[in-house]
Amino acid sequence: MTFIARHRILLPVVSLAVLLAATFYMQPRAMSYFGVNLLFNLAVPIALATIAQMCIIMVNDIDLSLGAFVSLVACITATYLNDTPALGLLILLALILCYALLGALIHALDLPAIVVTLGMSFVWGGLALFILPSPGGASPGWIRSIMTVKPPLVPMAVVASVLIAGVTHLLVMRSGIGTVLRGVGGNARSVQRAGWPVIRLKALAYGLAGLFGVLAGMALVGLTTSADANIALRYTLLSIAGVILGGGEFIGGRVSPTGAVIGALTLTLAASFLSFMRLSPDWQIGAQGAILILVLTARLLFTRRDGAA
Amino acid sequence: MQTLVSRPWIWSWIAAAVAFAFTIALTEGRGAGELAYAALSFGAFAAIVGLGQMLVITLGPGNVDLSIPATMTLSGTLALKAMSSDPGTAFLGLGIAVLVGLGTGLANFALIFLLRLPPIIATLAASLLYQSLAIWSNRGLRIKPPEGLADFATGRSLGIPNVALVGLVLSVVVWVLLERSVWGRWLLASGQNLRAARLAGVPVERVRATTYVAVTVFAAIAGYLLSSFSGGAALNMGAEYLLMSIAVVVIGGTSIAGGMSNVPGVWGASLFMFLVVSMLNSYGAGAGVRMVLTGLIIIGIVIAASTRRAQR
Repeated sequence: MTFIARHRILLPVVSLAVLLAATFYMQPRAMSYFGVNLLFNLAVPIALATIAQMCIIMVNDIDLSLGAFVSLVACITATYLNDTPALGLLILLALILCYALLGALIHALDLPAIVVTLGMSFVWGGLALFILPSPGGASPGWIRSIMTVKPPLVPMAVVASVLIAGVTHLLVMRSGIGTVLRGVGGNARSVQRAGWPVIRLKALAYGLAGLFGVLAGMALVGLTTSADANIALRYTLLSIAGVILGGGEFIGGRVSPTGAVIGALTLTLAASFLSFMRLSPDWQIGAQGAILILVLTARLLFTRRDGAA
Repeated sequence: MQTLVSRPWIWSWIAAAVAFAFTIALTEGRGAGELAYAALSFGAFAAIVGLGQMLVITLGPGNVDLSIPATMTLSGTLALKAMSSDPGTAFLGLGIAVLVGLGTGLANFALIFLLRLPPIIATLAASLLYQSLAIWSNRGLRIKPPEGLADFATGRSLGIPNVALVGLVLSVVVWVLLERSVWGRWLLASGQNLRAARLAGVPVERVRATTYVAVTVFAAIAGYLLSSFSGGAALNMGAEYLLMSIAVVVIGGTSIAGGMSNVPGVWGASLFMFLVVSMLNSYGAGAGVRMVLTGLIIIGIVIAASTRRAQR
């Protein structure tokens, strides 16, 4: 194995660095505490959602309902959690439990996760519409103050990203249970033969996804201060792209939490970068696609080497 | 009877029939013809994109085309722009739409094959480019389709909506290709075991290429018909067909694990997806309740289909 193939994390790091350098070159004034905060402001909820998606991809499934789920959480946070905190917290806990049960159900009945989550996206979307038919609500004060806190030297968004990456790295890559969870993605049958209850592991993986999805929704409301039922629908595709940008694979339990967070930062930065480019608004979306393709092309370096080794 | 029940497509048709019966029960039989007509018209678009998605999903796990909505929008937009409401240009528009489909399909497959991207990511990233292309060429203009074409898209022959007839013809073509042609056998073989198919001499990459082109051509035709049907192209006109195309394939009994497709099921599921919404509508369910129930019904059907498989 070559140096590059062994350090897959280099790809997302280098992409982020190149994009950051390009942004600073285009707009030197962004190179400040305030500027960096502005660039990465919306990255925190996206990073959390990407981690949630990663938990699902880790066990070889894919979650098409994540965007709707984050929107629902945002709606609950802006209404129940703000008005009656105890009830709101209870609902959010119930949602995490729902995710865990969904994981168990998918495993027990051997259902295709892509379809079950597709169905759930309607359910979450419907519930969100039920709770908040028109945009509104208000962010609970404590979430707002957490999201807008100004730590010395480094902006909140960066501190939060490092924190998320660190905690999930410990959980998924370093801890015993994290290794077993990745093993479920690698080879569920051998994990079962080794005496692990795979159904509980799947429930755990989905429960973790639910937890990070809830955190993403809460962080989002902290930034936007209000919610609507469609607020985070694009997170489904963003989170999948983030996981893959971060060096994850759809099968085999090959994921990287640090890479996923960096992938999410790269996607957020791509949007800011394009607005600095003074690109015509028509091409903003397309240019995001082009950046995505460009970064993913760099993966060729890795897959080729892997194949040769 | 035994053989009929064991057909995977029967469940989507039963579900569609139940939804139809419940809706009609409320009006005591009035409006049955209109409801069936509407279901056939709107179901046709879902069926056409569903057929394409079915071929891709048949290729096996991880194969799915997320560029369907963008391709629909792009083909609708470009076709209407080329026709610019002039009479007698319907076939020019159709030609443009098919070209758009060929183009996006080849581009998708180039990303998948040359850059070795997972199809989900490749079609997702490419669809962003198509969307931009549509926005750029559209510029907020709303061009009406030529009158003859609009009449065709909204009209009927022998009491059946023309769009449904087009969908039916395409379905028969797909069915014959799958069941009677070498290409269809190759596709099923590749979906069941790509490695084994390759070792057996199946030109796997060529099969994958044609499949990824077929799905976008179908999406492009659907986009062309939909924009003629609804009196113009809108930038978000394909949006609902992203999840819809996957849902109708799976509800229709096609295996998500690949290697097994099912043409009649796609139609049953497409009709069902329309009928269930109109059923919930006529029982006065609000938008939220309607979505929740639709989702639960989708999951219910998938569970029912899986336990049936397990028993067999």
